[in-house]
Amino acid sequence: MSTVPAIENLRSRGRFRDWLGDRLLVIVTATASIVAVVVMGAIVWKVVDASHLAFSKFGIAFLWGTVWDANKGIFGALPGLYGTVVTSLIALIVAVPFSIAIALFLSELAPRGARGVIGALVETLAAIPSVVLGLWGILVMGPFVAEHIEPWLHRTLGFIPLFSGSPQSSGVFIAGLVLAIMVVPIVASICRELFLSVPHDIEEGALALGATRWEMVRGVILSSSRPGIAAAVILGLGRAIGEAIAVTQVIGAGWTIQWNLFSTGDTLASRIAGQYQGAASNIQISSLFYLGAILLVFGLVTNLIAQVIVRRFDVRMGGN
Amino acid sequence: MTLRAGGRARRRRIVNRLVEWLATLAALGAVAMLAIVIWSVAKRGAGVLSWGFLTEDLPLFGQPGGGIAPLIVGSAILVGIATAIALPVGMCIAIFLQEFARGTVRAAIQLVIDLMAGLPSIVLGIFVFGLLVYGHPQNGLAGAYALAIVMLPLITRATQEVLRLVPDSQREGAFALGASRWRTVLGVILPSTLGGILTGTVLAVARAAGETAPLLFVTSIYPNTIQWDPRHALPNMPVQIFIWSESPDPNDHKRAWATALVLILFVLATSLISRAVLARTRRNLGR
Repeated sequence: MSTVPAIENLRSRGRFRDWLGDRLLVIVTATASIVAVVVMGAIVWKVVDASHLAFSKFGIAFLWGTVWDANKGIFGALPGLYGTVVTSLIALIVAVPFSIAIALFLSELAPRGARGVIGALVETLAAIPSVVLGLWGILVMGPFVAEHIEPWLHRTLGFIPLFSGSPQSSGVFIAGLVLAIMVVPIVASICRELFLSVPHDIEEGALALGATRWEMVRGVILSSSRPGIAAAVILGLGRAIGEAIAVTQVIGAGWTIQWNLFSTGDTLASRIAGQYQGAASNIQISSLFYLGAILLVFGLVTNLIAQVIVRRFDVRMGGN
Repeated sequence: MTLRAGGRARRRRIVNRLVEWLATLAALGAVAMLAIVIWSVAKRGAGVLSWGFLTEDLPLFGQPGGGIAPLIVGSAILVGIATAIALPVGMCIAIFLQEFARGTVRAAIQLVIDLMAGLPSIVLGIFVFGLLVYGHPQNGLAGAYALAIVMLPLITRATQEVLRLVPDSQREGAFALGASRWRTVLGVILPSTLGGILTGTVLAVARAAGETAPLLFVTSIYPNTIQWDPRHALPNMPVQIFIWSESPDPNDHKRAWATALVLILFVLATSLISRAVLARTRRNLGR
């Protein structure tokens, strides 16, 4: 008789503890999530806020200003924008075909045993710190490219203004190549996952109809994963636009706009990194933040576009 | 009469063979690139590397000799603090996303994490500079915070991935036994995913150890001796490699190679080991 209330008591105590534990766990984990959102908001707010001085002085014209003169206090972003676009384009032109080929090898051709190992090695390329890749770029790859590749490009394509300059061991072209090395593992590993997720029965259907492996790849795999490839390329582009350290090391600095790819130059990110000690006046620091705000917009937009594509792509795959 | 592929069929076969060769070459090219970079660093760095190099203070400007002990200690402190912040927060976010959040809230927080992962690291660098260092002396804590922001989305995603692998039958089993939500999460789900979370964290540590851009503005002017106090600027490997690589002095280049070798050995060893462990965890949890 007397045991019944005791059990009831125990139960309600346990129930209370469970109730409290559940609430606490939700509150703690939700708080952590809110912290992440707040940090993200703080990043946007701080970068925009700190560029306010430069924005109020130069306005939107900062984007097409070509001068960066610390003595006169005049700053403009156009040469950096140009450098960012050119280096990223070189990186994508070199890296995208390469990455898709690697992904095809890993998903379609590689023997089972080699697949995992080679895939891991390609991903390890992304683990090399950018400062080490930059060191290698300026002291090993730069001189090699200046001695062997640029003279050849100059001889055969020198009539195009892009390749008209004399070879140099640091410059825009070499920066593009170093960025390509960083972009390849990103695009390749995403594309491999995409290609592996193509349903086997349509692949086999194409083969059964007499298509060669390449025809099957072109007609089935590549065409059905086109949106995913676009997302991968955009993520790679975001990486190339935002990379500061390795580019600063190999691009050689120079706030000019010229066709010659072999000349030295600057990207938005490399200008910020390059001035880490030199910024003296408030207006110069604020201008660096303005460059950072442009980079932030690029970073957010490329990632948003990639996310949108991924989500739509998923929906479509689900609908089929 | 014999059946022989002629004309069009032959061309198709040749094109096919050609593309297969190109794809194979591309993969070998990427592997060769990795080998060339590692080999370059090893060849140039190994000659300089010695016990003295690892244990002595930084060389004074223009002087021969010296070592990188302050860089190793500083990097360890920076990454240690960053991990202490990013690991619990990242784990909590992942638990919230996988176990509690639904609908719009979930999508919004997931989006923030994804965007955070895609932020250019130099932007993080100027963010902490503007928030904590502008107008104050440089300090290691600001650098550690920036590295924590680098690590946070990596750890969150790694934790989410292993949480997703836990079969629902485990959750349902725990519920059926009368266990409450928090008991299920802390007592059943987390223990079985701990290995995966740990390896994800180690991968994030490897990534953070090599990040230069977040530190460049906030902890790049430091003394040449070992520093323990993160409230002051801490010497660290990536920034020093950057500074040495920009120097015209060939001796500085040698030091940069040797430091790069130390850094790359750490990064490669940790990421290869954790990748192997992760693959095993995935297999064990998966089916």
